Amino acid sequence: MSIKTEHMVLNMGPQHPSTHGVLRLEVELDGEIIIDVKPHIGYLHRCFEKHCEALTYPQIIPYVDRLDYLASMYNEFGYVVAVEKMLGIQVPERVEYIRVIMGELQRIASHLVAVGTYGIDIGAFTPFLYCFRDRERILNLFEMTCGARLLYNYFWIGGLSHDIPPDFVRIAKEFVQDFKGTLKELNNLLSYNKIFVERTANVGILSVETAINYGITGPNLRASGVKWDLRRDDPYSVYSKLDFDIPVGQGLQGTVGDCWDRYYIRVLEMEQSVKILEQALDQIPEGNVQEALPKRIKPAEGQIYTRVENPKGELGYFIVSKGGLQPHRVKVRAPSFVHLGIMGELCKGHLVADIIAVLGSIDIVLGEVDR
Amino acid sequence: MKTQQEIFEILKAQYPDFITTQDTEANELAIEVPALQINSVCQFLASNPDLLFDSLILLSALDDANGKKNSEADGSFEFDGGTLSVIYHLESSKLRHKVVLKVVVPREKPEVESVSSIWQHADWEEREAYDMIGIIFLNHPNLQRILMPYDWDAGFPLRKDYKNPEFYMGIKVP
Repeated sequence: MSIKTEHMVLNMGPQHPSTHGVLRLEVELDGEIIIDVKPHIGYLHRCFEKHCEALTYPQIIPYVDRLDYLASMYNEFGYVVAVEKMLGIQVPERVEYIRVIMGELQRIASHLVAVGTYGIDIGAFTPFLYCFRDRERILNLFEMTCGARLLYNYFWIGGLSHDIPPDFVRIAKEFVQDFKGTLKELNNLLSYNKIFVERTANVGILSVETAINYGITGPNLRASGVKWDLRRDDPYSVYSKLDFDIPVGQGLQGTVGDCWDRYYIRVLEMEQSVKILEQALDQIPEGNVQEALPKRIKPAEGQIYTRVENPKGELGYFIVSKGGLQPHRVKVRAPSFVHLGIMGELCKGHLVADIIAVLGSIDIVLGEVDR
Repeated sequence: MKTQQEIFEILKAQYPDFITTQDTEANELAIEVPALQINSVCQFLASNPDLLFDSLILLSALDDANGKKNSEADGSFEFDGGTLSVIYHLESSKLRHKVVLKVVVPREKPEVESVSSIWQHADWEEREAYDMIGIIFLNHPNLQRILMPYDWDAGFPLRKDYKNPEFYMGIKVP
């Protein structure tokens, strides 16, 4: 006698605590084995690209903040680099150094959220509190610089909205010094925890070929063992003057490119950000941060694609200008959008509970997915 | 590592029939490819050992807004004729070179061959291009809206002559 079987479709979301936002996953199951995962997105769609066509270039910066709201500084970084390249502006060295400092602080803050919430997803609540304790100090630094804690509008085309306050370098150095210790503490709490390793090692293995074919970039690609970092491979700002390593996944607990590697690469990257910050805070030159601000921002006709290494991956801006005060078209290559496309591929053959582990490890922000 | 110009020469030698021009107006050069040849050109670019373009960085569609503008009394307008374009930024992770391709299609019949069989990344990017600009990608495995609601029938929002509908599902659109 044969038993009639059929696949079951399970809906996760859009209001699921571990989807990191409003995301719906349509999961096709055979018993508890995943056959396919289809993400349904768009719940946060707010026409960012359409808005851009009606706004002048400087007016777009606050909108850019709201893409990946955990890494607002870096979104601005990518945008101002693109427009400055269109206009042919050279910004003062001091501005470049402050941008790198803010960008790397933001990278640490973003990775802290990624690591902390990943712990929660897996069931370890305590590391989250340690992460947010440290992130709080970074947000305090941002607040004392530009008054905002999450959405800054701090990078301007050709400069910055404010110079850093006099105490900034001292407080930032104190933070960097303390953070080296707390990062070790975090590492001891979570990285080698037996339960955490069991849940993440050998789960969701991403091979190099698949990753490149799907357009995966940033920490997720490096976790698969590819030494690819735009800060070194397509340098912008003053990154070429700073010395840092590019950590890659080594499969220390399982296979190269598994969830544990994708988690651990972020811990290693925070160490490198600390290294960059130490150099940049020492080398920061004197100068006026607003001397290169252009009077009129009206790029000539043309198109440009520039990219920066966002904490999540390659963040690119494709801007088409028809010579007006507003761009003709702005297209954002949002790393989270690209990374979410691989969910089905990564989850195939795993168990339902592993969806959470895989989704947390690729670290998406829905504000950027849906734009 | 090759420059855009060298890649253009290689492509011109390979496909003398239809690859003849580069779009030089923009400050970023783009090789123009016919809409129904893009798949075979991309396959060549991806598999040729001198080129090895294994990654699609970005696929973006845009409304060129170059048709005849028919204005209406309420201030809205519609384009008659004109073109839409799709722009491909490709990169080789092994050889570290980049190339930009451009496909121009008429507004009335915006049909472009899909490249999602070569790069999986193109799957979602093409769905977005369809959703926002209304480019029809032929041979795409699952061409449906991605960011807008699946049943959105008021057109394609990133077209320049897009008009907001008055009602959606019985609710007034602000």
